[in-house]
Amino acid sequence: MDEQAHAQAQGRPVGGPQHLTFVLGAEEYAVDILRVREIRGWEPVSRIPNAPGYEKGVINLRGAIVPILDLRQRFEVGQPVYTPTTVVVILQTQQERGDKIMGVVVDAVADVVDLPRDAVQPAPDFGGGVGAEFVKGIASLDGRMVALLDVDKLLRLEERPVLTQAQAQAELSAHH
Amino acid sequence: MAIDLAQFHQVFFEESLEGLAIMESGLLGLGTGGADPEAINAIFRAAHSMKGGSATFGFTAVADFAHHLETLLDEMREGRRPVTAQAVEALLGAVDCLRDMLGASQSGRPVDRAAVAIHQAALERLLADGAVGATAPAIDRDEGWQIVFSPHRDLFRSGNDPVRIFRELAGLGRLEVDAELGFLPSADELDIEDCYLAWELKLYGKVARADIDEAFAWVEDHCDLAVRPLAELAALAAVPVPPEAAPAAAVQPASVPPPATAETGTKNVGGGSIRVDTAKIDQLINLCGELVITQSMLGLLGETFTMDRLEQLQSGLAQLERHTRALQESVMNIRMLPISFVFSRMPRLVHDISGKLGKRVELRLMGEQTELDKTVIEQIADPLMHLVRNCLDHGIESPHERVVAGKSDTGLILLNAYHRGGNIVIEVSDDGRGLDAPRIFAKAVERGLLEPHAHPPPAQLYDLIFHPGFSTAEQVTEVSGRGVGMDVVRRNIEALGGRIELKTQPGRGSTFSIHLPLTLAILDGQTVAVGKEIYIAPLVSIIESISLTEDKLNTFTGKGETFRLRGEYLPIIRLHEVFGVEGGHAVKLTDGLLMVVEGQGLKCGLFVDNVLSQQQVVIKSLEENYRRVEGISGATILGDGSVALILDIPGLVRLARQERPVQTRH
Repeated sequence: MDEQAHAQAQGRPVGGPQHLTFVLGAEEYAVDILRVREIRGWEPVSRIPNAPGYEKGVINLRGAIVPILDLRQRFEVGQPVYTPTTVVVILQTQQERGDKIMGVVVDAVADVVDLPRDAVQPAPDFGGGVGAEFVKGIASLDGRMVALLDVDKLLRLEERPVLTQAQAQAELSAHH
Repeated sequence: MAIDLAQFHQVFFEESLEGLAIMESGLLGLGTGGADPEAINAIFRAAHSMKGGSATFGFTAVADFAHHLETLLDEMREGRRPVTAQAVEALLGAVDCLRDMLGASQSGRPVDRAAVAIHQAALERLLADGAVGATAPAIDRDEGWQIVFSPHRDLFRSGNDPVRIFRELAGLGRLEVDAELGFLPSADELDIEDCYLAWELKLYGKVARADIDEAFAWVEDHCDLAVRPLAELAALAAVPVPPEAAPAAAVQPASVPPPATAETGTKNVGGGSIRVDTAKIDQLINLCGELVITQSMLGLLGETFTMDRLEQLQSGLAQLERHTRALQESVMNIRMLPISFVFSRMPRLVHDISGKLGKRVELRLMGEQTELDKTVIEQIADPLMHLVRNCLDHGIESPHERVVAGKSDTGLILLNAYHRGGNIVIEVSDDGRGLDAPRIFAKAVERGLLEPHAHPPPAQLYDLIFHPGFSTAEQVTEVSGRGVGMDVVRRNIEALGGRIELKTQPGRGSTFSIHLPLTLAILDGQTVAVGKEIYIAPLVSIIESISLTEDKLNTFTGKGETFRLRGEYLPIIRLHEVFGVEGGHAVKLTDGLLMVVEGQGLKCGLFVDNVLSQQQVVIKSLEENYRRVEGISGATILGDGSVALILDIPGLVRLARQERPVQTRH
């Protein structure tokens, strides 16, 4: 209740789904707070061979192997610097093959805000910029623009079973 | 309060499947003629409890079917019916049918009614036949009446009692009574003064319709009654049998495609549960207790710690480590099941297939108590059955052929499981004709896998049967022509981290040995350093680690590197190149170490900076939250909490071989 009163006093919209906002460079983004599992500090990751640069590697999250993606690199905003104060947001995503847990590296988390559905506008045409396809809408927050991210789309990793190709080739050559 | 019976369904299914397994193995063990009464009793008990259970849980179709089975078994038990091969065949078919029905109920898919009708008809024919041939008073099974007696709710209120009516009927001839419990409400809705039951009665013998009507005279207005001559019923029962199966249906349900053989039928549909020996659980509880004591001891020590008590702390920590290790072992132990879970399906398989092929085969099982991880057990079943099928089809000769070759007319298949080192070995051997080397050679040349003038060593030649699409069978038989080749068997085994070996002697038989890790959750690993990164290589894949000297190195078309090891030229994979590791790694091959590894029967050298320690690692899935990564089979967590990736050796070897000529061609 207090929080709501506080929000009202600041002239922010009240009610509606809560979102976690975070900062990438000079930009502000938001994700549905129900998808946020936890927020952690940066810790060294184990690199994954031949993964794209923004896929930093995997960490041990209480026994589960969780991949960490750098959103700053993914969106080509902000500097990929890693200090003990760098923030990792652990998100839960729904993918075709079941729920997955992944972490994203951001510059800093900002706030938890209520974003009523009618406060969210459809995303304008970004002209195909990096990451535009992951934005499901934008909202205005104290005059700042916040982009709402589609967590499921954002964290959908392409399958790249390169070996099966090699396998197919091996089998093909065996058949001839 | 209404009890939700569904919560017991899983247990019922498990128990029923176990019951079916008991029945099946019992039936296979029955000699024809004078059977061991104890064996028949065991089968009867299993059928009986399944009937009871299925009726209780509302699977009336299963209960109905099991009832026929039970009747037949009962007659055998009392010696009124001889145990014939036909009867055993029909009963086995019925077991399959029941298994399918249970599977259908469990997964909610519709029951194959046609198959059920055929099996049921087979049982009924058998029942009818037996009654004529048996020593029991010869009653024409078709003479008598079927009475469906469905009282109205108020039957009891009118002062009538069905028991009296039944007694009266029993005085007229032999009476069978079956109660229909389907209308029983839950306990809280039940009014004990109402009648919710209905009965199906069968009255055998020469009985006049008028006598029956008289027995029911008092309740006429309080029930629905249908009386039909049994002969009419028998005629009806014969109708649903498809024409082509009708002549065989009397005793030969084998003509029906078995709805679910052991192969698919026993696959755990629910997947989730496991039955654990209580002794194992007790042990776990004890260990947890120990662990708590150690923890509180350490806690106490920590509160008032001074340096002079260091020794005490160290011994406490050592104790903690011991207990943690023991606890881990016990937990792993829970997943261990005896391999008899798989072996027990084999007698049926051998029975069915040897019958079809007209071969005589004795199956011997050894080491059935050897324990394996549940997951491994589930996944090894199919490859193992394929191997046994192969032995039956290709290995064992026909009785005539065997006699000509100077062997006994009955072939022998031996399944043996035992521990060796940290592995389990499962052997499938037969005393059949062995592999036909000239034919494999001819086939390999025909397929272009070998040059016509090549002289491959026998082991390499026999290895070709694991090649995709390679079959020496002249014709695809019903038994082996199922589109599954030995290559799939090998791939499945390797997917489990195991390997398969073959030994064969012409005219003497073959032995397939499967080597498997005990569990899929833990592996013995070798940690290796590549640059600043740490990887784990499964110890089973490593043959040796060597440091290279210049004179053993060669290049191939300027880039492919090979090295010579005891006369063999093996490709080199520089792990840091394949994985794109940056910084700090050995550049010259002579600076680092070469791990000679083997995967899918192929060898190569993995170039790494250094090999570190050997340790057991707990395998974690990388795909659960991420995806499959080329050359990596999984991940693990090291002592410092960091993640290390586990190398997929067969994948890497394939990678290395990719740009090179097929090895068998040189």
